[in-house]
Amino acid sequence: MMQTIKKLLRSVRGYWLLTLLAPLSMIGEVAMEVQIPTLMAGFMDAGVKTMDMSFVLRQGGLLLLCSVASLFFGLGSATLASKAAAGFAGNLRHDLFYKVQTYSFSNIDRFSTSSIITRLTTDVANLQMTFQMSIRMTIRCVFMLVLAVIMAARISVKLCLIYCVALPILAVGLFTVIRKVQPIFKRVFKTYDKLNNVVQENLHGIRVVKSFVREEKETQKFTEVSGKIYGDFVKAERILAFNNPLMQFTSYGCMLLISWFGAKLVVASGDTAALGLTTGQLSSMFTYTQQILGSLMMVSMVFVMLTMSVASAQRVAELLEESPDLTSPENPVMAVADGSIDLSGVSFRYSRKAKRNALENVDLHIAPGMTVGILGGTGSSKSTLVQLIPRLYDATEGTVKVGGIDVRDYDLEVLRDSVAMVLQKNVLFSGTIAENLRWGDPNATQEDLERVCRLACAHDFISGFPDGYETRIEQGGTNVSGGQKQRLCIARALLKKPKILILDDSTSAVDTHTDAMIRQAFREEIPDTTKLIIAQRISSVEHADMILVMADGQIVDRGTHGELLSRCAIYQEVYESQKKGDEDNG
Amino acid sequence: MARVQMKGDGRKAKNPKKTMGRLLSYLRAYRVSLIVVVLCIFATAIAGVSGNKALQYVVDDYIPPLLNQASPDYGPLLGYLLRLALIFLMGIVSSFLSNYLMVRVAQGVQRDVRDKLFANMQRLPIRYFDTHAHGDLMSRYTNDIDTLRQMISQSLPQCISSVVTITTVFVTMVTTSAILTGVVMVTLVGTLMMTKWVAGRSRKYFVSRQRSLGAANGYIEEMIQGQKVIKVFCHEEKAKTDFDKLNEELCENTYKANMYSGMMGPMSNNLGYLQYVIVAVVGAALITGGGGLNVGALMSFLLLSRSFNQPINQVANQINAIVMAMAGAERIFDLMDAEPETDEGYVTLVNAQRLPDGTLTECPHRTGLWAWKHPHAADGTVTYTELKGDITMTEVDFAYDPEKPVLHDVTLYAHPGQKVAFVGATGAGKTTITNLINRFYDIADGKVRYDGININKIRKADLRRSLGVVLQDTHLFTGTVMDNIRYGFLTATDEQCIQAAKLAGAHDFITRLPQGYDTVLTGNGASLSQGQRQLLAIARAEVADPPVMILDEATSSIDTRTEALVQKGMDALMKGRTTFVIAHRLSTVRNADCIMVLDHGRIIERGTHQDLIEKKGTYYRLYTGAFELE
Repeated sequence: MMQTIKKLLRSVRGYWLLTLLAPLSMIGEVAMEVQIPTLMAGFMDAGVKTMDMSFVLRQGGLLLLCSVASLFFGLGSATLASKAAAGFAGNLRHDLFYKVQTYSFSNIDRFSTSSIITRLTTDVANLQMTFQMSIRMTIRCVFMLVLAVIMAARISVKLCLIYCVALPILAVGLFTVIRKVQPIFKRVFKTYDKLNNVVQENLHGIRVVKSFVREEKETQKFTEVSGKIYGDFVKAERILAFNNPLMQFTSYGCMLLISWFGAKLVVASGDTAALGLTTGQLSSMFTYTQQILGSLMMVSMVFVMLTMSVASAQRVAELLEESPDLTSPENPVMAVADGSIDLSGVSFRYSRKAKRNALENVDLHIAPGMTVGILGGTGSSKSTLVQLIPRLYDATEGTVKVGGIDVRDYDLEVLRDSVAMVLQKNVLFSGTIAENLRWGDPNATQEDLERVCRLACAHDFISGFPDGYETRIEQGGTNVSGGQKQRLCIARALLKKPKILILDDSTSAVDTHTDAMIRQAFREEIPDTTKLIIAQRISSVEHADMILVMADGQIVDRGTHGELLSRCAIYQEVYESQKKGDEDNG
Repeated sequence: MARVQMKGDGRKAKNPKKTMGRLLSYLRAYRVSLIVVVLCIFATAIAGVSGNKALQYVVDDYIPPLLNQASPDYGPLLGYLLRLALIFLMGIVSSFLSNYLMVRVAQGVQRDVRDKLFANMQRLPIRYFDTHAHGDLMSRYTNDIDTLRQMISQSLPQCISSVVTITTVFVTMVTTSAILTGVVMVTLVGTLMMTKWVAGRSRKYFVSRQRSLGAANGYIEEMIQGQKVIKVFCHEEKAKTDFDKLNEELCENTYKANMYSGMMGPMSNNLGYLQYVIVAVVGAALITGGGGLNVGALMSFLLLSRSFNQPINQVANQINAIVMAMAGAERIFDLMDAEPETDEGYVTLVNAQRLPDGTLTECPHRTGLWAWKHPHAADGTVTYTELKGDITMTEVDFAYDPEKPVLHDVTLYAHPGQKVAFVGATGAGKTTITNLINRFYDIADGKVRYDGININKIRKADLRRSLGVVLQDTHLFTGTVMDNIRYGFLTATDEQCIQAAKLAGAHDFITRLPQGYDTVLTGNGASLSQGQRQLLAIARAEVADPPVMILDEATSSIDTRTEALVQKGMDALMKGRTTFVIAHRLSTVRNADCIMVLDHGRIIERGTHQDLIEKKGTYYRLYTGAFELE
């Protein structure tokens, strides 16, 4: 736990001064505030009671001074603490985002995208609140408790003994309530997530629900979870219902006892401050009692909040502690000689826990400028194979070489700029088409953009948009069709002028005619670039120099279209499944 | 922990009175508890006020007589304190009682609203879901219901108790000194105006904070989702720079918003002291000036004025909360009041068996034979029509939006046992046709008949039960693989589910999952590939064993070899039953009995694959790749 806090506190950098000043200012506010009841007592005893107008004004001026000072410190601590907390959260968000940028594919897989997002958003927000509370509320109630007790003791140590009884009673009571309630709340929040999940799934899958006529079942599922939440909340809040009465009990008890013993002290002293207690001081004791017990109650609330944010702290620290699985080596090779690819004895598994290797002992040589097609069923590890080439993952065993040099010896950026990959699950970002394309090369000119878009057969449809290359793409690329999106992604990759181009099922939504045109353009315009094409359609790969057939993480056969058609059973089957009627196709 | 969220965004309720009235109707079920609660709140507040005042009596009235006496008699004081203890006890008990009872009321109303909301939502037509943002609907379950609960469990009781306190304190103050009460009111107005100013600034920055928070979180979401693309393009540095800009803005706005809201506390607190001093000075002046005020009265007035400000601030805050809750409640009721799907159907689907004489009769168990039970209101008789899957559409017109017609004059017929395929570009109206068959939407003009019965006469639930639908966007539910398959037919045995998975070609990959059929799927089956999800969806539809199947791009992410296997299984299952297939991969539809080519809502070609190829029309051009589908 200390480790986690230490890690997080690093993000306070630049705000340490504010982080220290905010509590100091808060202490100032509290210190001034606890003076006020005593001043009031004097005001009452000496001024109002005796009707000494000059004393009233003097004491009143002092009171005013205190409250103005308290106001000043109060506003100060609010400002300082908000600035420090906002700065801390900003730094933390920055640190996390930068950290995630260093992650490799396997790091991302380990956390899952949605969990990284929650940590960067919800968890950071929680921690910001906790941080602000720690340097403000926590300090406030702790110091209020201590200073008010001191002030009360200055009036009467004997009466303060009452707090020695009252405070432990209240503390034990409050913390018993917390201990009983917290596990229930933890559980209920999980159930809450379940409830939201049911709603979410029903919103997204409403067509499924309605087609299977499962409205009743879903409603029943919802009501069940909802009932569980109700039950837990009622249980927890009924325990919490003890809080207020408990507070009232101790505070009323204190007041009665103070009245009783106080009265005796006042009588014994004859209502003179010098001899003991005065009536004015007695009423200020009532105010201190409120302040003391009130801050203890706050302490318990703050405690609850703090324990609730422990989980957030741990989740955030986990992201910060994760070290990237892949980094550039010490003295990296800064240029890729050519587009040759060599795999020898390559095996791969996604995580140490995985039962089976995703790739098993693969050997492969691809000469520069070759076009290689890769075919295979769902789950045959086609994508896995090609992802090793730009070193998105490291091979578990064996070596992967590009341009004759082990990929692990290259500078990562150099390697990935030379090996362009169009991912299967591809993403366009919100921004214009030109902006999206320039991901491939930030300095590309309009001519460069048009050249690659012609290659990817995207220029025509882009020109067809009213705003052409300046057309805005919505988040996730929802305003272009699947086929258009794929061609934009190909163009984006081409802009890198790569030595190796990998298309992972990147033309599945493109019609056969356009698909053929793209392949023809590749052949004619970028003959020196090595091309790896994963596809489901035979027509996408049949003209390749070599076709790899994959099954269960292995290359089961390799050769040209003709060779495979004559000897490879899987290839024949795939061909058959697509061929029927193709004779009409010419 | 995800519940730490900003409440509301300054939305105002349109008709708060009506909404409040409706909300109160939910409270009616708890009226006995509520009456007790309100009485208890009264008791608590009065105990609090009178307690404070009574303590002052101790100081003012009971102690002075004891002073300077040789043997002071503490009897009266003790007696008084004991009476006070009783009042306090009453306050404690009633405070506990009101808290305790309120739990059930607040949680109960919340549950009632929540359950009713969901049940009603399930009855809404598909159109509603198509035209409302899911995130927005979702927030009614989270933010809006939560603000509602806060209002009921905190704001309302606090308001009642504050009002009681304010009234009693005010009355006592006025009777003590009208002039000083006037002074208090004047300073109070000043205080309220200042806090209002701060609150205004704070609200302004909260709005900009929400905006920049939305922008920053949106950016984070988009970038993290595209993180792998960022890696592939080495785009990390650019992503960082853009992020820093958003982050700095967020930082600044958060700071300002929190600063102003943090100022509220110290301000109202210390302005209270200021008021105290002013009242004391004015009071002292009144006494010396002979304003009819004595010292004891001034002292108790000063104490009273201290306990006056706090509840007023509280009411001001709570009114804000109530206004926000009303806006939330209105949004909840909007969803609740949305027009549910209407259903005038009276023809139902029953399991049937054939009697020796060839007629059909109803049968309690599954026979594999279904019949439409058609009661005739005129003569009270019931006829049974065998379910065959004969579907005809005659001159159907349809539009989602009256401005943009989607289907024109569509006439089609699918005979039992036929496989009918729809082909055409996106927006041509393929999915629309299936939406009309299962009545997700109702036609504007024309007729749809199912085994000769107008589908408007068939009860929607029975109509849909007779149609198995597999959609391109697969939706799986949180639960095991087995649960998900069983979704199609709730009483299916494990064997039946596994059989269906085998037919769908899903058995193989399922057995390789860590826990096989017991593997728990979450997040719409995030751990599966799109192709695997589709195979599961097919298995789910198959276990329902429906007489008619609609496959809308159901195999788009499955490789052609697996698809061929799935098709073989499906053909065996659907033998003698009708299947509708929508696909953009033409190899999927090639072996259909009838292929319909749709273009801009019209059927422009129909026939078998062979017919259409020979025709050398649109289908031929699609097939040879001159057109792009999507």
